[in-house]
Amino acid sequence: MSEEFDDLKAAMTAATPAPDTARKAANLAAAEENFARLQGLADERRPMSERGPLARLGHGVKTMLNVMTTRGGLTLTTGLVAVGLVMVLPVGRDLLMPPAEMTPGEVALVDMDKTGREDRSGAAQLGGATAEEPAAPIASVRERVEADSADDLLLSEPEILAEESFVAPQVSQGLALNRSADQILAAPEAKRLIVPGDAVVVAPESDTEAFSNAETSPLKVTSEDPVSTFSIDVDTASYAVVRSSLTMGMLPPREAVRVEEMVNYFPYAYPESDGPDPFEATITVMPTPWNAGTELVHIGLQGDLPLVEDRPALNLVFLIDTSGSMQDANKLPLLKQSFRLMLAELRPEDEVSIVTYAGSAGQVLEPTRAAERSVILAALDRLESGGSTAGQAGLQQAYQVAEAMADDGEVTRVVLATDGDFNVGLSDPDALKDFIADKRESGTYLSVLGFGRGNLDDATMQALAQNGNGTAAYIDTLSEARKVLVDQLTGALFPIANDVKIQVEFNPAEVAEYRLIGYETRALRREDFNNDRIDAGEIGAGHSVTAIYEVTPVGSDAVRTGPLRYGETEGAGEPGELGFFKLRYKMPGEDQSRLIEEPILPGQGEAGEDARFSVAMAGFGQLLRGGDYLGGWGWTEAIALATQARGEDAFGYRAEAVTLMRLAESLSK
Amino acid sequence: MATSDEALARAAAGGDRDAFSSLISRHYDRMFGLCFRLTGRREEAEDLCQDVCAALPFKLAAFRGEARFSTWLYRVVVNAAHDRRRRAQTHARAAVAWGEVETARRAEADEAAQAMSWLQTAMAALPDDLRDTMALVLDDGVTHGAAGEVLGVSEGTISWRVSEVRKRLRAMKEAEQ
Repeated sequence: MSEEFDDLKAAMTAATPAPDTARKAANLAAAEENFARLQGLADERRPMSERGPLARLGHGVKTMLNVMTTRGGLTLTTGLVAVGLVMVLPVGRDLLMPPAEMTPGEVALVDMDKTGREDRSGAAQLGGATAEEPAAPIASVRERVEADSADDLLLSEPEILAEESFVAPQVSQGLALNRSADQILAAPEAKRLIVPGDAVVVAPESDTEAFSNAETSPLKVTSEDPVSTFSIDVDTASYAVVRSSLTMGMLPPREAVRVEEMVNYFPYAYPESDGPDPFEATITVMPTPWNAGTELVHIGLQGDLPLVEDRPALNLVFLIDTSGSMQDANKLPLLKQSFRLMLAELRPEDEVSIVTYAGSAGQVLEPTRAAERSVILAALDRLESGGSTAGQAGLQQAYQVAEAMADDGEVTRVVLATDGDFNVGLSDPDALKDFIADKRESGTYLSVLGFGRGNLDDATMQALAQNGNGTAAYIDTLSEARKVLVDQLTGALFPIANDVKIQVEFNPAEVAEYRLIGYETRALRREDFNNDRIDAGEIGAGHSVTAIYEVTPVGSDAVRTGPLRYGETEGAGEPGELGFFKLRYKMPGEDQSRLIEEPILPGQGEAGEDARFSVAMAGFGQLLRGGDYLGGWGWTEAIALATQARGEDAFGYRAEAVTLMRLAESLSK
Repeated sequence: MATSDEALARAAAGGDRDAFSSLISRHYDRMFGLCFRLTGRREEAEDLCQDVCAALPFKLAAFRGEARFSTWLYRVVVNAAHDRRRRAQTHARAAVAWGEVETARRAEADEAAQAMSWLQTAMAALPDDLRDTMALVLDDGVTHGAAGEVLGVSEGTISWRVSEVRKRLRAMKEAEQ
């Protein structure tokens, strides 16, 4: 025995104070109170009929998680909330993925197991002690999730959720969804830590990026779960983040890759509508490049592009983050250049106003007609960064300005430009979400432009844009600014259809298995499709949106799931159609959705260059996410497919994508 | 004879309020000691205790009696401490906390303060995993096996870490002389 060790022990024993009596009493009382509350809650039953409110609530919680988990600096959460999250899991999960063949408990378990692993890798730097997470919390969560009383807590919780303040878990590693599972894994002992006023100052960090993503959508067995429902997504932020990572010489973090955004980044020229609908859906069935035994069902939506001259007048409120972190060359200066480019595209009667937020919110430019270019440019030039960020106060002012500008027949949009800092002023993420959603009802849209890396808060951007009927784009270069703000200005700023949801029912007689590629963060529940109160994505003028399913025909060698020993496995459908495609959308300003539907037939359509290129991008995205379903198909094949389908490529976007694929190929070696 | 921790825990998990009360009052002081050794600051330790207490009712529902209750409880505490560190960047703070106290104490000349100062320096110099290990094994009731269970590593790893700490302490002492 070394004497130093004994000295240490003796010193430690001497140094360890006795617990403070008052704190001890308070802590014990709090424990007992929570114990009693838990017992009380467990006795209430959940009314099963209220699907709507429940779904809304789940949605709210999901969004709250998206927002809340993104940045440090929000505030306190309590044990109850943490448990609320545990209980919420089945509901929240359902929203994200239509109920799969697994029971919610199993879904939860699988998910947590994965996050457990991620958590470990994240914690590895903290020391070997955390390198192996004990298995018990996983098991314990399962217990709770499976418990009958689980949902009771959820329903009884909203008041508690609302009235408590939250400490934002510090979330650098957080992809919203995994993150929520992560919270659950570590909950409740871990995440709800109450922090005294003086204790935690969340220091700004150099690398606190938070991405919003979810586990790759799993394969579904048609006979068990024939219906797939999701919201369209026209964001492009993920592609730009991927590009910025690759050009910096790194593979992007897996959670930064949202396959559908990689695909939808590119303009496609699918056939336009000649009917009454503002867009046209083109369905193509083609062979899967990465699997000879499966087929792809390719759905291309093309929004009509009204004549630019016919477009209504536009009111734009730029809400610009001028916090200290925005001073980098690729943030505020790039933003100024970008807006200068955009200004040239506006028509004289359009109006522009600028509101900044940096410590305090201020209107830098009164609503000014685009014709007075020099006034706007001068205001833009005066912008300087400095101070802390109070996103919410700025947002309120921006909306006020926007509402004052709005006239009948005009399109009003708030364009929020930020590097993702919502540290100060965002006291209640749920309230912020509600605020934005509320304004959405009033007709003001919100777009979010992300600038700079290192601090980028992709998850908050997503959450804000999704709630604000807007798009989230990430601007890393002037040419990206050009694409988003100039080339696609009309689409980005003029919505032609709101709440666009897609539901596909596959025919078990033809399709044994299917999986939706991407759209993990956009999955909806089956019943949400017909519920006009459930929010979904928008299509802008001239936008195209692509969704791709990989389907395995009945009898194919590529069927991955084995037959069941017990229970029905025979599909009930008549052979002939692969499935049935349904789409709902609302015209801007309308409350009632309209329905488009058509059958999906084997061999339907012909895959043009656009469709093939989009498939190459889907493959690229999947490779970056790990490529679980791609077999031996790799970079070389993706590059070949993309190169061959490059088409006219007037702006060079596709050529750039091929360059990125090559970079990724070299980096992954 | 007192009811065993495990029996109390199971009763508490089943909804027995009295069982829960006696269980936490029985363990509070030892838990506080661990919290202190993990954080190095009294206020931090009180807060950490508060966190664990408030969360315990929910955690307890999952207690299966597979481990000793104290081992299970320590795991809850250590996880909470880790998470606190990770979340609020206390990773840096934990080391700083040990250091801050040291500075304060250094002013005092008496022997106890000298000993304290040495403790602060020694603990602050350890990396997280070794410090966590120390926080556990400096409790007489915690065997290397139990510490391993808490931290999710093998008993051998704990023993290795302890000897590593001895080595470092010795090196420190030699450096002083």
